[in-house]
Amino acid sequence: MTGDQGVWVYAIAKYVGGDVFLPAGVAKTPVRAIAAGGLTALASDVDLAEFGEEALRRNLENLTWLEEMARAHHNVVDAAVRLFPVLPTRFSTVYRSEATMVAALAERADQLRSALARVGGRMEWGVKAYAVPAGEGDPTAGKGDPTAGNGDASEPITANVAGQGPGTDAESGAGMAYLKRRRAQISARQEFSRTAAASAREVHIELSGHAAQVRLYPPQAPALSRTKAPMLLNASYLIDAGGSERFGSVVAVATAAHPDLQLDLTGPWPPYSFTGLEG
Amino acid sequence: MDPSRRCLSTELPPDFPSERVALVDLLDRLLAEGVVVTGEITLSIADVDLVTVSLRALLASVSTLEAVQSGPPESATRPSGANQQGAVT
Repeated sequence: MTGDQGVWVYAIAKYVGGDVFLPAGVAKTPVRAIAAGGLTALASDVDLAEFGEEALRRNLENLTWLEEMARAHHNVVDAAVRLFPVLPTRFSTVYRSEATMVAALAERADQLRSALARVGGRMEWGVKAYAVPAGEGDPTAGKGDPTAGNGDASEPITANVAGQGPGTDAESGAGMAYLKRRRAQISARQEFSRTAAASAREVHIELSGHAAQVRLYPPQAPALSRTKAPMLLNASYLIDAGGSERFGSVVAVATAAHPDLQLDLTGPWPPYSFTGLEG
Repeated sequence: MDPSRRCLSTELPPDFPSERVALVDLLDRLLAEGVVVTGEITLSIADVDLVTVSLRALLASVSTLEAVQSGPPESATRPSGANQQGAVT
């Protein structure tokens, strides 16, 4: 386990003199504050046998490994952001040596400094909106559609129509009635999704008005978010220091105003979603 | 599609413990975001993006797997057109 060492970077901060006390990092490595270009990199030494190019590529595809490292990385960044403003670095940024890391940061120091100033002491709050299937749950509706993703609702009927045409030579009245019923069910469901989606958009616009910056993520797959309802919004909002409570109450008001939605608030997160060097 | 689902089921339990849920939120942020300072890094960001794209595909197929497992009666009727017609008449 003592091969060549690389440097895993967690976050960049303004110059921090003296020691910082942070939880252990990835693979239980101690985290150090390394001066680089007038800034401080929070980093730890990692074994390139585990974190080198080949190994990293392989390990990133291993969910168990990924979870362990993601949580360790997050623990460090989350602890650091409570001490001073930080710019989180992209997960799995590993330099071949401390010297190359310092050189890379020094080269971009001005941009990093302005990104740090922009993010400042702000924190990120996540909001996910799910459609609440009011009065839904028709057991004959097939394929548990509340669990289906956005475009999914139209798939079963298309498949049915395709299967129906060549399969039955005489389109019986019963068959047509069934198809009509199915179409009506599906269009009702689509109408409902449209309304809920419009609600989610409204909520997003409302919340955006209270955020310094906004980042939209793709909705998570229902099984991963552990809900049956489709996710209509998966967004992050960058909130000024001291503005968290207010943002929480804005979310609470939005929840009350939109009974067709379930809103989940997560955070505060380190400003992971707002580190872009541009702007 | 089906063979890969089968492989995944051996690696991952179909029910994610609640801790995994937060992991999904965490991975949303960690894998897509974070400042990128290129230099002599071991794995280029383009490569990391490729890895995470395949990871997302993996997560997506895990969720598909779970959806299929959680609804056996419906999924059983779904693939065959004959069953659907049987239900019609």
